[in-house]
Amino acid sequence: MKTGDTSIRVRDLTKRFGTFTAVDRICFDVKEGEIFGFLGANGAGKTTAMRILCGLSKPTSGEGTVAGCDIADAEQIKRRIGYMSQKFSLYENLKVWENIRLFAGIYGISAKETARRTDEMLERIGFAHGKNALVKSLPLGWKQKLAFSTAIFHHPKIVFLDEPTGGVDPVTRRQFWELICEASERGVTVFVTTHYMDEAEYCHRVSIMVDGRIEALDTPQNLRAKYQANSMDEVFRQLAGKAKRMENCKK
Amino acid sequence: MLGYLIEKEFKLAFRDAIIPRITLVMPLVIMLVMPLVADMEMKSINICIADSDRSGYSARLTGKIAASPRFVLAGLPATYREAMSSIEAGAADMILEIPFEFERSLASRHTAHVTISANSTDAVRGGMGSSYLTGILNDFARELHEERSPAVGMSAAPAVTVQNMFNLRLDYKTLMIPALMVMLLTLMCGFLPALSIVGEKESGTIEQMNVTPVGKFTFIFAKLIPFWVIGFVTLFIAMTVAALLYGLVPAGSLAVICLLAAIYILAMSGMGLMISNYSNTMQQAMLIMFFFMMIMLMMSGLFTPVSSMPQWAQAVTVIDPLKYFIDAMRLVYLKGSSLSQLGRETAALLVFAAVFNGWAIWSYKKRK
Repeated sequence: MKTGDTSIRVRDLTKRFGTFTAVDRICFDVKEGEIFGFLGANGAGKTTAMRILCGLSKPTSGEGTVAGCDIADAEQIKRRIGYMSQKFSLYENLKVWENIRLFAGIYGISAKETARRTDEMLERIGFAHGKNALVKSLPLGWKQKLAFSTAIFHHPKIVFLDEPTGGVDPVTRRQFWELICEASERGVTVFVTTHYMDEAEYCHRVSIMVDGRIEALDTPQNLRAKYQANSMDEVFRQLAGKAKRMENCKK
Repeated sequence: MLGYLIEKEFKLAFRDAIIPRITLVMPLVIMLVMPLVADMEMKSINICIADSDRSGYSARLTGKIAASPRFVLAGLPATYREAMSSIEAGAADMILEIPFEFERSLASRHTAHVTISANSTDAVRGGMGSSYLTGILNDFARELHEERSPAVGMSAAPAVTVQNMFNLRLDYKTLMIPALMVMLLTLMCGFLPALSIVGEKESGTIEQMNVTPVGKFTFIFAKLIPFWVIGFVTLFIAMTVAALLYGLVPAGSLAVICLLAAIYILAMSGMGLMISNYSNTMQQAMLIMFFFMMIMLMMSGLFTPVSSMPQWAQAVTVIDPLKYFIDAMRLVYLKGSSLSQLGRETAALLVFAAVFNGWAIWSYKKRK
């Protein structure tokens, strides 16, 4: 892990939908090359916060920089980041190499360079034989590994992963995290949301969101010590149990 | 960047299970079937002639009607009442009643009355039948007049000559085919782009595009190009069928048709894209599209002339892009109008293309 400059810096970021405050004055910093786990129960505001950082959503108030660009300047941020959403989002009717060619082309990588890097990348993840397969014919595990590799293909400074391993089997999840660690070692900042607490243990630092606010932010070891828990799973349950949002809805 | 996006759109369009097939099948089916079914000409109208006179003149009139290809003699009942029951039974569409002393009245007073009764539950059939029959009666009256006063010449009967221009045989198909081509382009180029964007919304790929530096103009433009090509393929298939099967070739220049079609496809695709920006699902996009399509088709003058619509409806047709393109296609196909004679239509289509596409780009939000 290379630690260096600040990659993401967020101050008092808030997003309201009408009277509902999805993200409530959150503040945090993420260092370059760090794997930053962004945890929280369903509806805690993780995806909303992440969408703001990716330039998909405008914050109601607050400020921040992503990869050195102000969050108001979404189009500049988009040149410097990669993103993998909850929904699988490669084109199902394109072949593996065609998807890569499309996204690489969008970021201005030359066709020749793309072809070279494609072979290299597929070799690395052990999927050279699948180059000409239509994406819709692949099993979910491969789709997710491919989506991640495509998201970092243009060498972004930061990659945002929104629940990347949902529905993936444990073996593939393990392989997926190996890819994440490799990327981090190359200096890519990884910003990841997940519901799997074993995955949280792989993160360098973890934040836990409850009701739109960040309740805890530290390394997994420190969090376990602080909440006197044996695992991140216990830490999460202690904190997420405090959520008031759903109780308010019931009223 | 644009090149890669266009490449993607073409690959997706050609790999689609439906789009390539419908591009070929739709123009064939519409051009083969529609001109025959959307035909307002009436043939074989069943007529009962209730002849109470039984004279030489009435027999001659009956023979004249029976000889017309429009009419089939469904019976010669003795009374009007009897004729009426065959209309009620559905055996006849019209009754011509020739009254007693028809011939005598003609001989003595040079005039006589007959009654035409038409079943107008089908208003078109009733109306057309009456007017065909009136034509035959006028013809009959003129013949009699000429026989009786050949020396006097054109003294009494007003002779009306009608000369049809540009559609000499008054063939309904000739009028319908250019308009059907417009309908075809509307369906292909309006629906497909709308479904294309909404499809990306449903699969989530649009979000992936939105986090890339792809500009919204580039994204929309790349969507337009394939549908432009598909539109032209459709149009050329339709024009070939029209030429081979119906012998209908444009009287005007092909270049004018291509230019107008290019602008029209752009306008329709723009409208489709605009609607897709306001829809989250395929169903929504389809419903909104159908809503506008129905109104635009019905008000375009495709089936009924715009000039026969009420004033307020005529005012509404000003904002119907179909109307302008149907007018233009009919003018080029039948009358051979040149581009300079189609200034109004061309200008209108350009405005629609600019407004719809501008709106589509404006309403496409990369960031919420």
